[in-house]
Formats: sequence, structure tokens, C-alpha cells
Amino acid sequence: MKVSVNWLKELVDINLSIDELAHVLTMSGLEVEEITPVAAEFDRIVIAEVKATAPHPNADKLRVCEVDAGTGAILQIVCGAPNVAPEMRVPCALVGAKLPGLEIKQAKLRGVESNGMLCSAKELGLSDDHGGLLALANDAPIGQDIRKYLDLDDVYLTLKMTPNRGDCLSMVGIARDLAAVTGRQLRIPAIPEVAATGTTSRPINIEAKSACGQYLGRAVTNLNARASTPEWMKRRLERAGFRSIAPLVDITNYLTLERGRPMHAFDNDKLQGGINVRFAKPGERMNLLNEQGVDLQPNMLVITDAAGPVGMGGVMGGLESMCTLDTQNVFFEAAYFDPDVIQGKTRTLGINSDAAYRFERGVDPFSPRDGIEYATQLAVKICGTPQTQIGSITEALGDLPQQVAVRVRPERVVRLVGMTIPTEEMIVSLRRLQCEVENIDGALLVKPPTYRFDLRIEEDFIEEIARVHGYEKVPSVAPVSSLPMTSIPEGRRSRSSLRHAMADMGFQEVINYSFTPESWETDFAANTKPLWLANPIASQMSVMRSNLIGGLIASLKHNLNHGEDRIKLFEIGRVFLADEASIAAQPERIAGLAYGARFPEQWGEGGQKGVRADFYSLKGELELLLHGLPLRIEKSSHPALHPGRSAQILVNGKPVGVIGELHPQWQQKYDLPTAPLLFEVDIAAISAARAPIYQPISRMQAIRRDVALLVPEAMEIQSMIDAVNALKLPSVIEFAPFDIYRGQNLDSGKKSVALRVVMQDTDRTLTDSEADSKVSEIVEVLSQKFGVTLRK
Amino acid sequence: MSSPDVTLVAILVDATATLGAVKSMPELEQVKAKYLGKSGSLTEQLKSLGKLPPEEKKTTGAAINEVKSQVETLINDAKTRIANAELASKLAAESIDVTLPGRNPGIGGLHPVTRALERIESLFATMGFSVADGPEIENDYYNFTALNTPPNHPARSMQDTFYLANSEHVLRTHTSPVQIRHMQAQAEKGGPPIRIICPGRVYRCDHDATHSPMFHQIEGLWVDEGISLADLKGTLTQFFRAFFERDDMQIRFRPSFFPFVEPGVEVDMEWENKGGKIKWLEIGGAGVVHPQVLRNGGIDPEKYSGFAFGMGLDRLAMLKYGVNDLRLFFENDMRFLSQFR
Repeated sequence: MKVSVNWLKELVDINLSIDELAHVLTMSGLEVEEITPVAAEFDRIVIAEVKATAPHPNADKLRVCEVDAGTGAILQIVCGAPNVAPEMRVPCALVGAKLPGLEIKQAKLRGVESNGMLCSAKELGLSDDHGGLLALANDAPIGQDIRKYLDLDDVYLTLKMTPNRGDCLSMVGIARDLAAVTGRQLRIPAIPEVAATGTTSRPINIEAKSACGQYLGRAVTNLNARASTPEWMKRRLERAGFRSIAPLVDITNYLTLERGRPMHAFDNDKLQGGINVRFAKPGERMNLLNEQGVDLQPNMLVITDAAGPVGMGGVMGGLESMCTLDTQNVFFEAAYFDPDVIQGKTRTLGINSDAAYRFERGVDPFSPRDGIEYATQLAVKICGTPQTQIGSITEALGDLPQQVAVRVRPERVVRLVGMTIPTEEMIVSLRRLQCEVENIDGALLVKPPTYRFDLRIEEDFIEEIARVHGYEKVPSVAPVSSLPMTSIPEGRRSRSSLRHAMADMGFQEVINYSFTPESWETDFAANTKPLWLANPIASQMSVMRSNLIGGLIASLKHNLNHGEDRIKLFEIGRVFLADEASIAAQPERIAGLAYGARFPEQWGEGGQKGVRADFYSLKGELELLLHGLPLRIEKSSHPALHPGRSAQILVNGKPVGVIGELHPQWQQKYDLPTAPLLFEVDIAAISAARAPIYQPISRMQAIRRDVALLVPEAMEIQSMIDAVNALKLPSVIEFAPFDIYRGQNLDSGKKSVALRVVMQDTDRTLTDSEADSKVSEIVEVLSQKFGVTLRK
Repeated sequence: MSSPDVTLVAILVDATATLGAVKSMPELEQVKAKYLGKSGSLTEQLKSLGKLPPEEKKTTGAAINEVKSQVETLINDAKTRIANAELASKLAAESIDVTLPGRNPGIGGLHPVTRALERIESLFATMGFSVADGPEIENDYYNFTALNTPPNHPARSMQDTFYLANSEHVLRTHTSPVQIRHMQAQAEKGGPPIRIICPGRVYRCDHDATHSPMFHQIEGLWVDEGISLADLKGTLTQFFRAFFERDDMQIRFRPSFFPFVEPGVEVDMEWENKGGKIKWLEIGGAGVVHPQVLRNGGIDPEKYSGFAFGMGLDRLAMLKYGVNDLRLFFENDMRFLSQFR
């Protein structure tokens, strides 16, 4: 809301500088977002009349003007404005005038003397319009300072309004609050009753009593709708952001601006019969005065006459019944509509309405009568004719809201605010806010004024007391509270520790959107029923992701396009799985991606670009990440991954994720030079490891034997390890591969696997022959089970 | 034949010179044999003792042994000298160019938003706050109703809030639902004190240079007996000072409105802009938890009170690290991200 400081100072007795006023308002909850002077800083610009114009001898676009600026002499001024014409009254900067970045001097323009400058609105800092001179009224007094004439010595404050303060959506409302927080006197002009002089009236009925608490109407006849809106009113409206249209509309808007009292003016001749306020009936339609046709819904309140809807209550009047320049007889409406009924309607219809904006936040239920009187007074003053007659006010009542007194306990105020405020001061503050206060045995019984819809419970009044006392005075206190220790299991792996483990292994964390293109879901998760957003912001953000892979691929692509060639990424985030109880299926996952060289390019071993990240390097990193968990990797398939190079990750025998190389199909589709390696794991499944438990260290010597076995190419090493583990040989403490060899000297379809067998007994050293026989036993079992042979 | 004394002196002089010039271990062995070997000069001297009369044997023998011991010392000195020289030349041969770069597997890093988040979590942890977490797809109750949002509030509209298709579920617009869920869970375990921060992704239908449809919030909640607005100010003052590492940073409260707090405040902090001018910068919303919200969390507002605050995590990270464009956080460009390692 834009507020004139001069006007505000008329309404409340304050003597503050602009900055002080802005601070007071901001600290009272009416945040000043912008301070805008009406005009630029300048002096010696006066009203002048152009007497005559002649072509400039040396320039086609310039005119040489004779100007009367009230200085007693006719001034010759060269002007380039296209609209300059004789008899026009315009602002004229006299010689010696100072404008921003400009001082007017006597000068020669293309050889012709010029003694001043005729000004456009832009030069005065009024607007950006520099299309021509600012044309003033024909009766503008020649020689008068333009600042005085146009009321330019004013500053506007743009206030940001919180939705609870509907009472401050007017000049009077802001003045009222300012008076309360500063303790200064209000000077709001009283509205006199205008006595009825005529008999025209219209019966009113309220059918929707809960939605409309009161409806007042009055007919004023024989008005001149073509009269001009007075300059002062026009200026106040326009500077506050209202468009000046015609006096009758301007008057209703002015009441909204000054009093926060939305009004409507019907053309009385276009109404038929009595007014009824009711909810719309199914199938009803009407045209609003913004020429929008509306299919009315049964939750929309309408004002009807005998023929049907003539307005949407609290929102906007109808097109057919609105006032025009030909209107002679007007019917003013002032009503109270329940905020709950108005809320959301303009949004549904996609329209702007100053009335609805206020009604949905709450308009004083007891202000309609003042509104009607004020509108009558202004209409008679501006549009009145000798024949004008004022009808009597007709009125209907619905359910008006009741102001309920609330018990406010001073000790609770002190406790919640955390600062001592004397009870007496609380009472004074509340009374300044025009609350009725009774002190009953130490508790305050407080009744808010009728325009405060936001004061309903004790805490609301506590806020008001603190607000008037000053939030700036709230002390900064170190809280005192009990401090129970939080129990955290030692084996817990926090997100943070996962993050740091990944970063330490060279992975960069990324954050991708949770909504993705639909294609990522079909490609990387074969998900044909993704969770769609009802109102996505763009098609590539239309479904909720069920995996983190798509985002990693997108981040990979982005960085490949920017010249990176070795990229390791990870992300931690929730994924969203369609589920009957979809709110529960939002597991958090960690996913990693490795692409390009295994190590950064560097001199020496392993640093060459040719050594690329592969399944096993990523698997190794995953094993480090999940170290301490009973981990198992088993071949499996996944829509995103190469079927021969993908596996599922099991912890405690339960699948918790996948690892593998991107499927060549997606490598091609997403235009990647080589396939990245990926893994994705559920965080819940890996966040609890066991804390370590000490095992006695054997003092006996361990014996190691290496064996090389010829194994069918397709055989998984894990099956041999499982078979050996199944033997439960007590002294075999390790059985693990340490080399794989393939070569022409081996039978085709075979690979040679070198395995390490480490044996150790807890209470004696094994002899060589005991060790040999255990190795033989192992080889024998593997040979029987899998047909493997010792490599000679 | 010269007298033994003269011979011994000659041997000692010779040995001193020879051993002083010896350059290698094999050479030293040869020289050692020359004096102390089976037919070494000193060995010969000792062998010849037997021919001497008994009265001379003793004195001559002692003289020979004296020289022998001196030669042995010379040999040991030579040995040490040669060993040192050999070590020195070995070390010299083994020396490397220490200025060549080290080999490393590459370093990764945290996203700046999580980097800031971890710092915030650890700062609040020192005050006894723990981290609470909750779903991002929420129902209307937890995202709006339990937080006192009126039925027709614009925040519920599809212009502001993402809804799932054919569902009442929304993408949470703030992390406040976590507060309700946590209070309800805590109420069953005996109630306050509750001291949590709730960080996470939140979603709103906004997409321009300064708004992202997905962003991060961090909210805090402290509920106990006697918690007040002044406690909120104290906690936030300490936090901003610690997070921005500015001991004199001031914050101020302005009256504001959020349905879930009463009194509600807007939090401003002092901030020095690029021109060195200090101005107030809006940094978050906060207030005393609304009694109805406490009740919705299963907590008796007559016995307990609490404060809650919420801030944009991305914004805190932007201010902390001098990032001037929110969109950088979601482009995942390595040239940007690698700056936060």
C-alpha cells in the first residue's frame, strides 16, 4: 500500500522526519519497503503560459516560444517538445532553476537565445513520460510554484502489509495504528449525517444472513456523472495506485483508500425491484464490470435485484448495472461481508478487486453507515445539481460478528515476552489500540475494537502489548532449560559421515531437483506409473523421482559439456515411490557416479588417462563406504544398468541398492562418450553398523598357501568362497582371490584364479603338512563341486 | 736389526698414514691384514717376542700391544669414516625431486548448501539441539491445518503449492510439518523439553532469478516451561554471531504474521553491503509457538511455551560464501562446486 506522508500527518499528530516515521512504521509491523518522493528535487519551476510559438530558424524540431511565467516580462524560450502550442499552460524552469543534474542558464540554442526551459513530467521526476510538455489545467495560476500547485512536496511510503492486518488497508487504519504505537492524537474528520431530502428508496433483504451481516443502501438522484473529479481526490487516488475514472467510481474508491470501506455505486435506473443478498444458484451467470463473464458457483455470494444477480457481494459489481457517464441516479451499497465467504474468490476467478482484498481480510462490520453518509456527502459535493435529491438509507441486518472479551493475564504476558512490562502500561497500550479493558482481580478482560479481526485469543493481545511496548526492547536472553543428553548409538552412520566418506574418495556432492522429466523415470527405473505433479512448473519437472540416477546423469552431462572429462559425483536425497500410503514411501538414498579416468591425470604410476574407473573401482569405493556392514554383491539386472555389469547390494541378506555400469542404450541416448559407473543405496539400511567388539589376538604363527585354480570363465568367485566358508574349517581364517589370469596357454573358456589361503590356530602353530592337507581338502571340495582343477 | 721400539714407531707411523688414506671397505680389509693378519707386521712382532729374554719380553710385549691397540683404533676410525662416506654417497644417489607434485586419488567435496547446513547443525548441537527429519510429500493436515493455516489461505492454492496429481498430498512448503510430527512423537515419550532443528528440501511454485521451485529451509523449535520471545532473540543472536563469525552482529525483531506463531516476528540482521554500508537484512521468520499449534502437537500450552524460527538455508549459504545467484546451487557445475572443497 502506498501512503502519503502529508496526508498521514493530517490524520495523526506526528512530528517525525521521513526516516523516523518509516522506522516507527516498520517496527510496528507495517514494513516500509520503499520511500518515494512524489517529485524530483528542484526549485524555481513555475506555471507559465505559452503565448506564441514560431519555427526555429536553424532547427526543424525546435520551436521558439514566447512565454508568460508571471515574471512581468515575456520570456523567449526554445523548446523541442512536439506538443508545445499557444495558450498551453506548462511548468517552466526559470533561469537559475536547479534540477537534478541540471542548472538552467540563459543560453543560445542553435543561435537563438533561450531564457528558461519548459518541462515534461519526466523532468519534474513525476513519471518517465518525456513525450511532451506536462500540460496543466487552463486555470492553473500563472507564476505559481509548481511544487505548491501540484502538491509535490510529499513523500510516499510503500508499506508491505501482513495478511492479518486488514484494518490497516486504509489511510485512517494506518493513522489509527500509528497513533496507538506513538501515543499521539488522532485527527480523523467526523462524518456528518446527510439528511434525506427525497423519497427514492429500494427495499433490501438479506437471505444469506451468515455471509452478510449488514447491507445498507441509499439512492441519490439527479446527479451529474460527467462532473470532474476534484484534483485533490484524483491526485490522492492516482498516487496511491488507483486509476481515476469518473467521479462516482472515484468516490467509492476514495472511501476504500481513506476509510478502508469498500462501496459500490449502482446505476439506480438499471436496478429492478428490491435488493436481495444470497448465494448463487447453480447455473447462474453474470457479467462483472470488468467485462468478464462468470459462471457463478453456489459458494459465491451475489447481490440480486428482481431480475437476477447485479453484483458479486464483496467482490465486484455487475456490468449491466454499473454507473456510466450518463448515470443520473445512483444507488450506493455499503455492506459487511464475512471474510470466509469472500476468501479465495478473486483467485478462483483470476481477477483483482480492491474490495475483495479488504473483505477477505476483514472490514469493520460497523462502518457501512459512515460509508454511505460519506459517499453521499462527496457525491452531492462533486456531482450535485440543483435537482439532486437524497433518499433515506434502507438497511437489512444479517448475523454481525460479536466482539468477545478475552482474559489476558499480565504474568503470562511477561512470561511469553520474556520482559517485564508493568500491568498499568499494558492497560494503557490496549486502550490506545481502542480496546476496552477491565482489570478484574489482576487479570485483564479485553474487548478488541470492531475492526480488529486478528485479536481473538490471549496471545494475540500479548503480541499487541509487546508491539506497542516495542519489539526493539525485547532483551536477548540465553535460554535456561533442562539439558538431557541425547543418546546416539555408536555404530550409527550419519548422513554427514556418509557425505564426508564420499568426498574423501573424490566424489563431489550435487543437489538435483526432486521433480524430473517423465523420461528419466521410464529410462532409469522402468517406471510407467510415476508420481505426477498436478501443477508442475515445467514439463521437465513434472514427476517425482523414484531414483537419483537421472539427476546424476544430467549433472554428468552438464559438466562434460563444460569440458570436464573425469567426473565423480554423489547425491543424498529422498526418492518417491508410488504406494498406497504414498506418504510413507519416501526413502532417503545415496547415489554415486564415476566417469572417466580412475585417478586425476598425474605423472607416475596409475595417473595415466588410460586407467579408467570400472565396476571394480566403484565397487571398491562402495565397500569402503559401507565398511563394517555384512555386505554382499550379487549379480542382478536393473533398468538403468548394463545387464552383464550390474549387481544388487545386500546388507544382512536384504537388497538395499544397486551398482553397475550404465546401460549402453542410455549411454547412446544421453550421448555420453563412455558409460559411467553408478550405485544407489537406501540410507536407512546402511545407517546402523555394529560398534566394534574385541577378539583375542592369536599368538600363533599364521601360514599362507597360494593356489592357482583353473575355473570356468562364467563361474563367480563368490560361489567358491561360499563353498569354502560352508566347510567351516576352524583354522582357515582367510580365503580370497589375489589374481586373475587369462591367456592363450589356458584352455579356452577357463580363467586361472590365484587364491590365498591363510590358516592360523588359536593355541598352536600348524605344521606344514597340516596346512598342506587343509589346502588339499579345499581344492578337493572345489574340484568336486565346480570341476575346477589345480593349475600345473 | 733395528730395535723393536724403532720398528714399532715405524709401523705406527706407516699405519696412521695408510689407514688415513683408505677409501673402501675391501681396501681396509687388506690394510688390516698388513698389520694384524697372520703375517702382518704387528703379528710378526708378537711372534718374535718368544726370542727375547724374559726380562725384555714384558716391556716389549706391552709396547707391541700398545701399538696394536692404537692401530685397531685407527682401523675402527677408518671403518666409521668409510661407512659414513658410503652412506653419504648412497643417500646422494637416492635423492629425488621433492618439488614434483604428489600423487593422489583426487578430492571431492560437499555441496555448499550442505556445507553450510553441517556447520549450522554443529552450532545448534552445542546448544543441545538435535536434528529432526520428515517426509517431503506431506498431507494437508501436517503442512497446513496443524500449523493453523486457514482453509482459504492463498498458500493452499495451486499457484503457490505443488500438489500431487489425483491426490490431496502436497510437496511440503516448509519444514514446519516436521515440528508437528516431532512434538506428537515427543508428547508420547513424556513431552518437553524439545529442542530440534529441521533442515531440508521444500517446494513452492516459484521460478525466477531469485526463486527456485525447490529450495532448502532450516527451522528450529524449542519447547519447555517458560520459553519466551527473549529466549528466541538470545538464541538467534548467538547463532548469527557464531555462523557469520561476527561477535558484534545485532539482530532485531519486527512484528509480523505467520499463522503458526503468536507473537510473530520478522528477524532482521545487520549486514554490510558491498559499499560498506550497514543495513538491516530480512533473514527469517520466527515467534512464540501458537497455542493451537502446541495443542496439535499434543503439548499443553498452559504448562509449556516455545519458540520456533525458520530461515532459508540457501540464503544463509549465499551470504556466508558470497554467492550472488541462487540458481548456481542447482546447476551442479563443477567449476562452482569445486570452490567449496
